[in-house]
Amino acid sequence: MIYFDKVSKIYSEESTALKDVTFTIEPKEFISIVGHSGAGKTTILKMLLAEETPTSGSVFFESVNIHTFKPRFMNDYRRRIGTVFQDFRLLPQKTAYENVAFAMEVAGHTDEQIESDVPHVLELVDLGDKLWNFPHELSSGEKQRVAIARAIVNQPDVLIADEPTGNLDPITTFEIVQIFKKINDLGTTVILTTHNKGIVEFLKKRVITLDAGHLIRDDKHGHYVL
Amino acid sequence: MFWINIKRVLRTGLMSFWRNGFVSVASILVMTITLFVVGSLVFNNALLQSSLKELTDKVDINVYFVNNAPEEDILALQKTLQSFPEVASVEYISSADALAQFKTKHQDDQLILQALDEVSDNPLGAVLNIKTNEPSQYEGVANYLKQNPVLSKGGTPLVDKVNYFQNKVAIDKLNEIINSSRKSSFARTLVLILASLAVAFNTIRLAIYVTREEISVMRLVGASNMYIRGPFIVAGIIYGLVSAIIAMVVFYPVTYWFGPLFYPLPIFLTSGQVGDLRLFQYYLANFAQISLIILACGFVLGGLSSYLAVRRYLR
Repeated sequence: MIYFDKVSKIYSEESTALKDVTFTIEPKEFISIVGHSGAGKTTILKMLLAEETPTSGSVFFESVNIHTFKPRFMNDYRRRIGTVFQDFRLLPQKTAYENVAFAMEVAGHTDEQIESDVPHVLELVDLGDKLWNFPHELSSGEKQRVAIARAIVNQPDVLIADEPTGNLDPITTFEIVQIFKKINDLGTTVILTTHNKGIVEFLKKRVITLDAGHLIRDDKHGHYVL
Repeated sequence: MFWINIKRVLRTGLMSFWRNGFVSVASILVMTITLFVVGSLVFNNALLQSSLKELTDKVDINVYFVNNAPEEDILALQKTLQSFPEVASVEYISSADALAQFKTKHQDDQLILQALDEVSDNPLGAVLNIKTNEPSQYEGVANYLKQNPVLSKGGTPLVDKVNYFQNKVAIDKLNEIINSSRKSSFARTLVLILASLAVAFNTIRLAIYVTREEISVMRLVGASNMYIRGPFIVAGIIYGLVSAIIAMVVFYPVTYWFGPLFYPLPIFLTSGQVGDLRLFQYYLANFAQISLIILACGFVLGGLSSYLAVRRYLR
């Protein structure tokens, strides 16, 4: 499904984010990418979102090099990927409902579909009573749930989560990880970057370990080894 | 789907205008000032044009005929001159009319009236009063009269004198003043408009800069450029239209209370001579036209500024 082929990203002589990274991700996999700060975890996700282009190598999604997409196809491609960030990145002037609805609107869903699906998805992440709250009226955990609802509302093929629990307390972290697990069980590929050893040990899923831009381990049922 | 998207873009734009309260108020304030400047330039231009027209109307040349010049020759010359495209009007004043006008003008001067009574014949010849479209065109008319003298059957000249050559220095000077006023007015207008546009554009750019993170999020969820840009353009247009309406409302008391300060203009004309332009009346009489100019400026300025400002974050 996703194939990184000898991907390197070099910003300058002193700054190499990735060096000849090669790996494949199959559909419905749950992958944790771990590594110290600056190891290249976020760069991999940015490559996947086509926010960054590789200095060398290619990134393929369903056998197509994503960096060759024309703008229209890029939008279609991005709608097939749900994204969750550590800092939530919600639209501050929109309510929880509108944030989730926005993702459906850009995907071309009708108003009727939006009105039926958005409350349902927010219910799934336990925010049925916070539909009309603005982000500044929500706790960090609730904001992250809205971000997850927005990421999954279009039933994406892949869910990318960049340090999604970095700003959360341990209990909320556990709840959020449970949600990811449930999403994966329903058939969505999940790619998670994290520093949190507890999460990786709990998941018992495939772990890719990065160090200074190099892929140093790729274990099917890996542990957090750093 | 196209109309659904248009509806959503309009709704989002309106919502963003309403919810970004402080940013909207700040942008409207700056744009109102910009549009007020634009509107002031319209008034300024009208004042200038009115004053220049007043000045231009005061310039003419007179062709004085000898006393016994036959009327048909004078009327023939009037007809010829009227056929010139640069000539606006040619007024014939017969010698009798010239005498009557002279008497009226000097009705309080007993000495002159007595002197006239002592002269049995009318000492004044007929006159052709010529006005051209532009003061610069008088020289051409005067030269024509010089090169094509009107002669009697006996071959003696019928034209006594053409006063252009006596007034040439004054007419040229006036011409220069009118031209330089027009040019400087254009330059001033251009500079003020550019400065105002730059200020308004930067305000909107700043307002959009604040939301650059949101734009990146919209891109990440797969929104098309049109879908991202649309609401910003809608909000920008609303800023422009609301500002235009405020500027038009503000002009009402401003022209009413402060209008009299601007006339007579230019100051070397007396108020009795100017006076056909009063700012408040001008505002009322041209309300539709001025409104249209200011609303169009607001619409274009708001929309275009937003379009250009967002474009930067969509690359």
